[in-house]
Amino acid sequence: MRTHARPWWQRVLLTREMLTVLILVVAWIVASAVVRGFDGPLTITYLVLDVAPVLLIALPMTLIIATGEIDLSVASVVGLSSVTFGLLYQAGLGLGVALLVSVLLGAVCGAVNGALVAYGGLPSLAVTIGSLALYRGLAVGLLGTTAVTGFPDSWTDGATDNLGESPYPAITLGLLGMIAVFAVLLHATPFGRNVLDIGRSSEAARFSGVDVKRTLLILFVLSGAVSALAGVYYTLRYGSARGDNATGMELQVVAAVLLGGVSIFGGRGAVHGVVAGVLLIGVLGSALRLEGVTVNVINIVIGTALVVSVVAPRIAGGMRVRRRRAAGRRTQGDGR
Amino acid sequence: MTNVLRRREAGIALALLIVIGVTTAVQPGFLLSTGGWRDLLLTPAILVVLAVGQAVVVITRNVDLSVGSVLGLTAYLTGRLFLEAPDLPIVVVTLAAVVTGTLLGLVNGAIVAFARVPALVITLGTLYVYRGVTLTWAGSDRIDAGDMPRTFLGLGTRQVLGIPVLTIVAAVVLAAVGYYMYTSRGGRQLYAIGSDPDAAALQGLPVRRRLLGAFALGGALAGLAGVMFAARYGTVSSGAGTGMELQVVGAVVVGGVAIFGGSGTVAGAALGAMLLLTINRALPVVGIPDFWQRAVVGALIIGAIALDRVLANRRARRLAAERDTGPTDGADGRPGDGADGRPGDSEDVTA
Repeated sequence: MRTHARPWWQRVLLTREMLTVLILVVAWIVASAVVRGFDGPLTITYLVLDVAPVLLIALPMTLIIATGEIDLSVASVVGLSSVTFGLLYQAGLGLGVALLVSVLLGAVCGAVNGALVAYGGLPSLAVTIGSLALYRGLAVGLLGTTAVTGFPDSWTDGATDNLGESPYPAITLGLLGMIAVFAVLLHATPFGRNVLDIGRSSEAARFSGVDVKRTLLILFVLSGAVSALAGVYYTLRYGSARGDNATGMELQVVAAVLLGGVSIFGGRGAVHGVVAGVLLIGVLGSALRLEGVTVNVINIVIGTALVVSVVAPRIAGGMRVRRRRAAGRRTQGDGR
Repeated sequence: MTNVLRRREAGIALALLIVIGVTTAVQPGFLLSTGGWRDLLLTPAILVVLAVGQAVVVITRNVDLSVGSVLGLTAYLTGRLFLEAPDLPIVVVTLAAVVTGTLLGLVNGAIVAFARVPALVITLGTLYVYRGVTLTWAGSDRIDAGDMPRTFLGLGTRQVLGIPVLTIVAAVVLAAVGYYMYTSRGGRQLYAIGSDPDAAALQGLPVRRRLLGAFALGGALAGLAGVMFAARYGTVSSGAGTGMELQVVGAVVVGGVAIFGGSGTVAGAALGAMLLLTINRALPVVGIPDFWQRAVVGALIIGAIALDRVLANRRARRLAAERDTGPTDGADGRPGDGADGRPGDSEDVTA
């Protein structure tokens, strides 16, 4: 156990997560100063609307990666839930019921992943590559190349309308609520402590009485349900339920979570870092788009940021170890 | 003989034969027409080359998600070279694409081996970067069949002795890499590294050099696949190969290569690739709309992983029983009989 040699404010501020937050703030300031039109109200509106699905899914993904597992099937669950939502609406069901059924189906999808990983003992990377194909296949199979459109305005407007006169969409409140729920879950409950313990050492966690299997199952169910919720939002936001909605989004989510400082090996991660990671990608995207830079360069920026965010601390850590060793040798020499 | 039949690869080969058999029974043209025979061999060629490269990387307990982007970049490079210099020999263009792929793979390998960071993250990053480079370079331009020499495009469909050229290329790649993995010291060291990286390093194996080699090979084969893609389809847009990485990893997993490294063969991965694509083509024939293809493929991947786990558990129990009762002279009861069927290989039965 490391004793806290540093004052509390250093412990809060000098972290990997705050680095992402800092980069986000710098990027925002630079973008506002340099990019014409970035500080307008529309930017914020579209930023929130665009990042909402990734942000939602990134929350449970944070917890899953913090245990050392991964869920690559999330974007396919988005697609499947979008299709279910559309088909149920087409069948004449109320949208409230359709939403509920879609989210439940998402939870079932997550439960299948979770059961195979937790109780079947199978590697989550391989399982969720399989279910990525399976759920996407079901979505495309159910709807083919057609789309369900014509959702009532009251619902589609609800997904995009602003909060009164402010530039913030109404869904901002929901997003903040979800962020709060997951932040509390990870950082202030025994469950969250178990999640990080499993990530450090699944074996040790089991021996200290953590129900590893149940915890993993719950996380995958959460991931499925939240992804399905994001799917319903995605459908309403673009007014169209399609089988190929959000294809490839899983990689965006994973990239954002890792940018936010969650270790791919598990054991460390924080919700505020991940939120900053998601927003950072969003800000870079909208700033570059406003500058007329095409989406390609954004890809390069995201990819490079991802690599650097993993490699840089590794190199810094290596240098710190070397310095400490050198310092150790010096003090030994003094002692003699 | 029983050893060969009990191999994991035999199961996939059997599944492949059953799929072909059933589909041919429904529609004889699936196998028994010139077009059917050609498609059967030709369609999986590109994925087989990619799967062989991916299998080598996965055997070292790594993964390369950037292969789809490398394929896109090198396919576009191929077309662009022909466009700029129509007189360039095909061999030179192919070489240029393979070298480019090798370099891109080396970038992945260098970061993974020297910074000691997880390949999943690094290659996810380079997936975006390489794709971004292609998109920036190509823009909305597209290479069309008219931009490439006819002899080159002919390679995509031509046959020698009834076997498509691209299939021969894939078979040669498979044989060469399979021979290396099975017999050479370097190949065996890749298995050792994948079984237990720390133990391999302690034993003094050149872990970094081998990892670099594995990623370079994966990149080179993705580059070759890029050339094959250009020859096969004739048109290359900046989106070529998008999403292919997951298909490749799926094929490798179905082929019995454990995602945590150390076991499986490139032949299995190649069979996995053939099975996935053959099922894709068989479904519409047996009356299942092709919209459902991905669902079937997904179920197959999950089934294959679960099956591998059951087999591994059974093997672990058998080994434990043998240890308790002393060695037996069972048909395949050699201690340490790994999944790749060679005696004396260490294998992680507890994973």
